Amino acid sequence: MAQDRELLEHIVERYDGDTGMLIPMMQDLQSECGYLPAEHLRYLGGRLKVPMSRLYAVATFYSSFRLAPKGAHEVTLCMGTVCYLKGAPSISETISLQVVNCMGACAVAPVMLVDGKYYESVTPASALEILYGLATDKATAEKEAEI
Amino acid sequence: MTGLCNTRLSNLADLERIREELLSQRSPSAKSVHVCTGPGCAAKGSPKLYELFCAAVKQAGAEVEVQAKAVGCHGLCECGPIVLVQPRDIFYQRVEEPDVAEIFRETVLGGRLVERLLYENPATGEKADTVDKISFYKVQKRIALAYNGLIDPTSIEDYIAAGGYTAVSKALNGMSPEEIITEVERAGLRGRGGGGFPTARKWRSCREAEGFPKYVICNGDEGDPGAFMDRAIMEGSPHSVIEGMLIGAYAIGSSQGYIYVRNEYPLSVERLKRAIEQAKELGLLGENILGSSFSFDIRINRGGGAFVCGESTALMASLEGRPGEPRAKYIHTVESGFRGKPTNLNNVETWANIPQIINQGGEWFAGIGTEKSKGTKVFSLVGNVVNTGLVEVPMGMTLRRIIDEIGGGIRDGKRFKAVQTGGPSGGCIPTEHLDARVDFDELTKLGSMMGSGGMIVMDEDTCMVKVAKYFTDFLQKESCGKCTPCREGLSQMLYILDRITDAEGQVGDIERLEQLAELLEGTALCALGKTAANPVISTIRYFRDEYDAHIMDRRCPAKECRGLFRYEIDPEACKSCGICLKNCPADAITGEKKVPYIINQEKCTLCGTCWEKCPFTAVLKV
Repeated sequence: MAQDRELLEHIVERYDGDTGMLIPMMQDLQSECGYLPAEHLRYLGGRLKVPMSRLYAVATFYSSFRLAPKGAHEVTLCMGTVCYLKGAPSISETISLQVVNCMGACAVAPVMLVDGKYYESVTPASALEILYGLATDKATAEKEAEI
Repeated sequence: MTGLCNTRLSNLADLERIREELLSQRSPSAKSVHVCTGPGCAAKGSPKLYELFCAAVKQAGAEVEVQAKAVGCHGLCECGPIVLVQPRDIFYQRVEEPDVAEIFRETVLGGRLVERLLYENPATGEKADTVDKISFYKVQKRIALAYNGLIDPTSIEDYIAAGGYTAVSKALNGMSPEEIITEVERAGLRGRGGGGFPTARKWRSCREAEGFPKYVICNGDEGDPGAFMDRAIMEGSPHSVIEGMLIGAYAIGSSQGYIYVRNEYPLSVERLKRAIEQAKELGLLGENILGSSFSFDIRINRGGGAFVCGESTALMASLEGRPGEPRAKYIHTVESGFRGKPTNLNNVETWANIPQIINQGGEWFAGIGTEKSKGTKVFSLVGNVVNTGLVEVPMGMTLRRIIDEIGGGIRDGKRFKAVQTGGPSGGCIPTEHLDARVDFDELTKLGSMMGSGGMIVMDEDTCMVKVAKYFTDFLQKESCGKCTPCREGLSQMLYILDRITDAEGQVGDIERLEQLAELLEGTALCALGKTAANPVISTIRYFRDEYDAHIMDRRCPAKECRGLFRYEIDPEACKSCGICLKNCPADAITGEKKVPYIINQEKCTLCGTCWEKCPFTAVLKV
């Protein structure tokens, strides 16, 4: 947090401490941290003299804000008793599915965005292939790194 | 491109001088390759093509002067990636990486055509070598999209050389704010965001409103699913939007503008940011623009992923750093909007029309379109049509011409069923009204609306109840929850629609939906709620028989709703191959060699696996 304080100060300065720019500030914070850590929000609220309730209202109203951290990919992993016993904790690579209402590429629908790259005319089969590609990309990258 | 960077234009003559300089550097016979990097083409790999063309240009070296340009959306996304070779305006479609070398060698350097990459008219089989010979473009008229595909959206030089910022120069040089508003009034321009409110009247009210400072806002929160007109303008010609806002701000008396862009459009934000920086460097934004006493600055805000923020008062709440909840509009935003000050908000496409109106005159603009809807409108033509993409047509063109002539008709030889316009606030228009002329009032009369310009074509296999359910589900999720009719009414409507598509519809459900719809229209707080029932009401109006079939006969005529149709094997088409039997997860299929297989309806779970797997299309939905 100590070093993040600097980051928060920087973000506040970027918008001249204007409380009207609260949403851009929170967006910047999220793009730095991947989510909105509660401690950071508390600091931001104190700095801007905006109550935590309002920060929370904004964070929960807009669907792009996250109050929980996320990984490189994000999936929901079952930690039920049986999954846990059968080794679920060792599954660390995750993928997140986020459904948005229109990315503006309807002409080549259905469209899927994976780590910033657009895929057109996606089918269930090709979606799996694309995701499979993520695994092989990573494996190749690691192999190259070793060499 | 060098020459004008780092020079601040201190007067109007400077702008003219720069334009002349730029034009003298560019001969009309200059060779250039334009690669579309709009969202459609980008998804098909066009950024890589652009890189390859750049590399080819570099390799060709100094002997030939060729430019590779990444340009904004050309419109015909279906045929992407699209590559345009100048000066001859040669149009190549579905270009792939291996084609780059051939195009460069044959067309760019050699001036010959690469036949197989030309667009072929699906009806006549005729090949078109240039843009103006393609039916998709022939009937279009481009005003808001005038620069799309022609200029590099990241280059202010390109925009200026093409005639950009002349309208600002004309406005500042001898036009009074009142004269500008009169010109826009003469044009008859109505808001392109959906409402169709006369732009000039809005500007005048804001100009005359008491209070200072005044704000102008560009609404780029294009949230309608199935619409991407504004995205194409912001990404393909961002300076058009800035120029429009400059003129509006001068006319209204504002010195601060905001552009509110959807969170899902990061490239739009990037392009606009860059454009604003470039305009500032040249002194086209900032203090004392072009040496005049007029100062104006623009700030960009990103949305947070809330559909309701496209509503003006919700958008302003969001700009103030609050949750985007609308308020009742008994006091108009032109009197008290952003921060309680007079605020004028217009949509991206509206702003992009302004420079053209100032340059070519209101009368010219009013000469296009219908009596009460002037100019052109950009539509995103998507769904079950052959040519999907962005089209800009004069107001008053019939739906039939748009769908058949530009869209190339329905895909896969299917029959047309309906066209959905106006996004979640709009409705579905059936075959019998295909000859309706597209303008603000005509579409409203048909129970739909112009909206921001989404045009989703549906064929015979689309279940209209399901369409209504989709939009209701969308709106129910996006309702901000502030007013009861919208929050609770939509949930109830969705509940009933769910029931109908789940084969549990009850007699009287249609009437219940109509009742809720009336309530929403009459009592909801904002436009989202007031129009939320339109998809349901318009489908009941034109496709009541489909609702009846779901409820009374427990049958889905389009065979989309699971449980409202069944699978059967056509004994004549069945070759007894056994693939369906092997794949059936419910062991519901029986049969043996040389005898047609049979589906046991009691065991069948309607999963559709047999229908997908049968190589002879012998499994039928009945």
